[in-house]
This record gives sequence, structure tokens and C-alpha cells, in this order.
Amino acid sequence: MAEQTEKINVTIDGKTIAVDPGTTILNAARAIGGEVVPPAMCYYSSLKGSGGKCRTCLVEVNKGSEKDPRPMPKLVASCSTPVMDGMEVKNKTSERVNDARHGVVEFLLINHPLDCPICDQAGECHLQDLAFEHGLEKTRYEFKRRTFDKIDIGEYIKLHMTRCILCYRCVYTADQLTNQRDHGVMKRGDAAEISTYIQNALDNDFIGNVIDVCPVGALTDKTFRFRSRVWYTKPMNAHRDCKKCSGKAVAWMIGDEIARITARKDQFGEVKEFICNECRFDKKEKTDWTIEGPRHIDRHSVISANKYEEPIPEHTPLLNKT
Amino acid sequence: MARKLLLENAHIEGIHTYDVYRKNGGYRSVEKTLKTMSPEDVVEEVKKSGLRGRGGAGFPTGMKWSFIAKPDGVPRHLLCNADESEPGTFKDRYLMEKIPHLLIEGMIVSSFALGANHSYIYIRGEYMYVLHILEKAIAEAYANGWLGKNIMGSGFDLDLSVSPGAGAYICGEETALIESLEGKRGNPRMKPPFPAVKGLWQRPTVVNNVETIAAVVPIVNEGGDAYAQIGIGRSTGTKLISAGGNINKPGVYEIEMNISVEEFIYSDTYCGGIKNGKKLKACVPGGSSVPILPHYLVCKTAAGQDRLMTYESLADGGFAAGSMLGSGGFIVYDEDQCIVRNTWNFTRFYHHESCGQCSPCREGTGWMEKVLHRLEYGHGKMEDIDLLWDIQRKIEGNTICPLGDAAAWPVAAAIRHFREEFEWHVKEPKACMERNYGLVAEKIFEPATA
Repeated sequence: MAEQTEKINVTIDGKTIAVDPGTTILNAARAIGGEVVPPAMCYYSSLKGSGGKCRTCLVEVNKGSEKDPRPMPKLVASCSTPVMDGMEVKNKTSERVNDARHGVVEFLLINHPLDCPICDQAGECHLQDLAFEHGLEKTRYEFKRRTFDKIDIGEYIKLHMTRCILCYRCVYTADQLTNQRDHGVMKRGDAAEISTYIQNALDNDFIGNVIDVCPVGALTDKTFRFRSRVWYTKPMNAHRDCKKCSGKAVAWMIGDEIARITARKDQFGEVKEFICNECRFDKKEKTDWTIEGPRHIDRHSVISANKYEEPIPEHTPLLNKT
Repeated sequence: MARKLLLENAHIEGIHTYDVYRKNGGYRSVEKTLKTMSPEDVVEEVKKSGLRGRGGAGFPTGMKWSFIAKPDGVPRHLLCNADESEPGTFKDRYLMEKIPHLLIEGMIVSSFALGANHSYIYIRGEYMYVLHILEKAIAEAYANGWLGKNIMGSGFDLDLSVSPGAGAYICGEETALIESLEGKRGNPRMKPPFPAVKGLWQRPTVVNNVETIAAVVPIVNEGGDAYAQIGIGRSTGTKLISAGGNINKPGVYEIEMNISVEEFIYSDTYCGGIKNGKKLKACVPGGSSVPILPHYLVCKTAAGQDRLMTYESLADGGFAAGSMLGSGGFIVYDEDQCIVRNTWNFTRFYHHESCGQCSPCREGTGWMEKVLHRLEYGHGKMEDIDLLWDIQRKIEGNTICPLGDAAAWPVAAAIRHFREEFEWHVKEPKACMERNYGLVAEKIFEPATA
């Protein structure tokens, strides 16, 4: 079994790391961290089958492996391409990658309503971040954008399909949480829409997590909709005894009140421990929760771009206290 | 007269029935295979024949077959891709409609070579009447002992099923076809793993075009070497070409892959020249996905040699001055046809057929269609041409499956070779409308409100 545990080397933007065989380029890049991590709109490490769809994580492989050093002719989706020993990958240092990524961002935005000023996701939206980094200042699209009616899927969740970028994350979440396929994609091409089976309510104790996995504001929490901009709320680590889930969550506070509850996301915006609907939607009193302290949020988003690039020295200990 | 291997008996009355087909030498290859050959022998013959995939990509079939994984105890499958939906291509329909038993015969031999005991023909939903013909033929084959358990006492079992699609072009992509056959939404899968390792129900699977599977029959009957004698270089054997457009004799032709494009268009054996004595303007030689060729590159390559109906010769000059044999949907345009309108029509198709899974294709095809529509109907701007070029460049190569490329290539080639016509649409919209739409032009030319 010695071969199986042997690490293999991969170089991304000049930085080399040893990883287990079978690791994807994206996860190798995340292990290195920092600038070399490609953005990902659809890949979600805990959801089986996710990835490969948004094409924002495209990278250039300029050396296939030690054995076969030929470069790969096309850009590859780093989230679904496994690394080979001696592989050399170019992410930000490649002109082709930057160009393709510009294209993908533009494609994602042409049918997006750009209603950030009234969108609850603004401030923690991955598409906003991506557009800020790679987008154009002005759109070249001069046609009518596609629109859909908003629908309620379940008591607490609002689906605003117009904003959706069809990453399929919520589809995989619902599929892997429930036994039947009651949430999926209908129609095709740019008419494709996320929907439930004849607008059924999604009925599952953990279904609220589709809100957290959504990279944009297509799925929002009806108990929080239009209550506050996220940057006016303070994220606090909180926990409670819950029979269904770990009970570890983030309470977003306005003053002494809990405005909303979400699961805890890591620096790549992914939830590792899903929380149940009861914790998320029903427990909004401060007495329900044990507040642990302020949560450090990775401030890379467009909202904080001008303010938080360098942590303010006197506040640094507080920000890092998690 | 050129030799025909597939359509030789297609004209015989009643050839679609088992009795007539058998009397004319049908199922000989099955007898030969099951009695005298091992599966490896069949694969070896196909390798020797140099047969290349007839569905569009032209990948060597023998090599594809040898890639199939053979884990112990896991069933393998052969799928026949009869989801022929490429605009301009209609050769498989003709073959299945006229001589369905040839496909069934090829399926038996190919399944034997691959060790598959349950094979499927995935047919497009619009070919429902062909499906009925096939099912009738399959029932006859079962009744006569060519399908089922222990065929010809050889110990080889094979079940053959026909499954219709629901009208999606994307299900002609092999992994989308597999998804669709599994009863799911026809979205292409991420590769790797390739179907040869994990295909239908995660089992090793080979997907072949109708014509490829049918070609296995003459290869086994006459031997791979004899088949490889026909044609030029790596383009061996015969190819079905579905010719359409402004020609005198549209239809399905079986050609030996050594004739020139000029002969194919102008000879009376084939297309019989351009209709109404007009001049050739352009030609799409392999179905709507392949780059369009302007008249000066149709019969001659950029280097001045005669262009032949082969994989290599049609691709001569790369994308700058060549095209592809593709699936053999040969479309000819005369001098009156509008390239902008044609490109818009193709793009409209790809927009409609994009599965919507990955962003560049989902959003890009719709955008291109809208821009082309604007150009065609006289509201275009000069920048639109460069915008189109930029959009297609950002789709090509960045998508999960080849549909993105197929949508990008025709646009790229049209702009590359017919930029002047695009510019003319911007500068002289009214003249363009009059040419394309004649008397009704005045009405269409009203500025659109939407």
C-alpha cells in the first residue's frame, strides 16, 4: 500500500506542494492558499458531483506530468481535474486564463439583474466578488435580460430565479439530503430554471442549507429578507444544544437582537457543518443561543474592498479572535 | 461506378424485411464471427480496416474498442448513437429506414467483439416511425434466433433494445446520451472518467454512430485489409454523405473516400451541380457545426491542391482555410444565399439546444443569436462583428462538451471568410433586406420595437 499514500508534487503559479494522488487542482491550490486559488462558483467540496459547470476555475496546464510533459491543449476546470505528479499549472499568471475568466464573468452577468442594491446577498455574494475582480466596468450586452417570477419553495425559502447562475449546488444539496428528486432543473439553455416538482414545498429538516450553498441571491431566507444589509449586522459565533445538528452556527446580530442564523463558512465560503431548519429559522432569541464571540469573516468581498484591505491595528486582535 | 458497401442493397424491394435481407446475404457476418472468430479477432479486423467514427469526430473505432475496461464481473454495454440531429445530416435515418437489419447485424457483431450482452440503440424522438421499423426488425431477428440467448449455439447472449430520446440535440453527445438513457436529464458528464471506463450505470460502455456500426458488417465479411484498400491514407472505406442545399440532386450518397469535392458537387452521379445554373458561393461539408468554406476554398485547398472528400483533405489548412468532414452533412449554397442569415439560423439552433449546464455555452449562444438577429434584420453596428468574434472566442474550448465549440466554429468561420457581407449588412441594411426578403422587405425593415 506504500504507493497509495505517496504524495505527488504539483506546481501552481510557481508554488509547489505535495498532495495525495487524486486531489483536484483546485484543492491543491486551496492547500497552498492565497492568490493561487482559482475562484469557484459551482464547486462545493462537500457536495458529491458538484463542479465543472461555471467554468470560472479554468486553469492552464502547461506541463501535464513528469511522465508526459505535454501541455494540455484546452484550459481545464481545476475543480474536476486531478493532479498528476510533476504537473505545472498556471492560474493568475496565465493570460489565457485571465481572458477566459473575463469571458465567463461576462457571460454570468449578461442575464443577471444586477440588482445588488436591493439584494440580500450583496456583501457576501460570490458573483459580486468575482465581477469585482474579473468583470468589465460596463456591460456589452444590449438586450433584454431574462426574468422569472419569484416563487416560494417552502415556508422559509424564496427562490428568485432571475438572479440564479445555475451552479446546481442547491440541486445537489436537495438531492443528497432527501430521498426523492423533488428539486431540480427544468427546461434547457438560457431558459433553464431551478424549480421544485410542480412548485412543491421543499420539506426537509436540513433544506435551509440551500440558502447557504447558493453563491448568489437566488435563494434567500424569508425570515431575513429585506431586514438589513449584511454589513450592518455583526457576525457572532454561537451554539446551542440541538438534537438534529451540531448546533454550531453564526448569529448575525443587530444590537442585541439576532437578525439571522447561518451555518459557519470557511475561508472559501463553504459550509462544513450543515445546520437544521429549527436552528436556522426558529431560534431567533438571544436566550436560545450561547454567544461565543465575534466571528472572523474573510474580508475579500467588494463591500469591504476599500475599507478592510489591511486590518486596523488596534482592532486586529478582535478580528482574529474566532 | 463507385463501390457501395452499406447501401448496395438499399434499393431492393422489401429489403427491410428479414426474409429479403437474409436472401441477399444478410447476417453472413454474424455466422462468420460466431463460428470462426474470437472477440479479439473482430477488434483486430476493425483496427486493420482503419475505420473511423462516422458521427463527426472521426476517432479510430478499433482503438476506441480496445480502450474499453474489462473488470471482472461487470457487464459492458454497446450503445448505438442514432440521435442524428445535426442540421444538414440525415444519413442514419436513410440507413435505418431502408435496411434496419444491417444495423442490427452490425450491433450483434460489435457487441460480440466488446463482450456486451445488452446493447441499446438510442434514437432521437423525432424518428418515431424509424423506431417502429427498427422494433419490427428486431422482433424478426429474435424470432429467427439472431438475438436472445445462445445465438447460433455459440453460447453468446445478446439483448437489443431501442430507446427514444425526447428531442434534444445534446443527447447526441455520448455522455449526455448515457445520462438520458439512464432516465436522467441529458446533461453531458464531466470527463474523465470516460465512458469506456464508467459509462452507462457506471459500467464500461462504448458509444458508436449508426454508420460506424453498420460498416463493421462489410469489414467482417470482406476482411479489414480489403476495407482499408478503399479510400486514401487514413480515410478508409466508404462514407455516407447527406447532400442538401442548392443542388440538383439532394439525397444520401455513399462515396468512396477518394473522390474530389468538385466531382461530388458537379458530377451527375452525385449532386449534379448547382441548381438553376447558379454559381457556388459557399459549402458546409460536414453538418452545421463545421466551419463554412467560401467558394474559392471548396474545390481547392489553400495550397492549390484538389480538395478531396476525406477527413484529411477537408481539414487541410486548419480552421483558417479548411473545415471538417464531420458527420457528412454536405450543404451547398449558391450565390443568392445570405451567409449572415445562415449563421444566425445555425446559432439559433445552438441557442435552442444548449443544455444550460455550463455558463459560456448557456449565455454565449443566446447572446450570439441576438447579435446576429440584429445584424440580419438591419439594426446592426460595426462593433457587433468584433463583438461576435470575441464571444465565440470565449465560448470555444471553455465548455464541458463540444456543443460550445460547435456553436462557435460556424460563427468564427463566417466572419473569417465573409466579413465583407457582415459589413454590408451594417452599411446597406435596406439592400440586404431586399435581397433576402424581396418585396416583403419594406415591412420587415420597420425598426423593431422590442
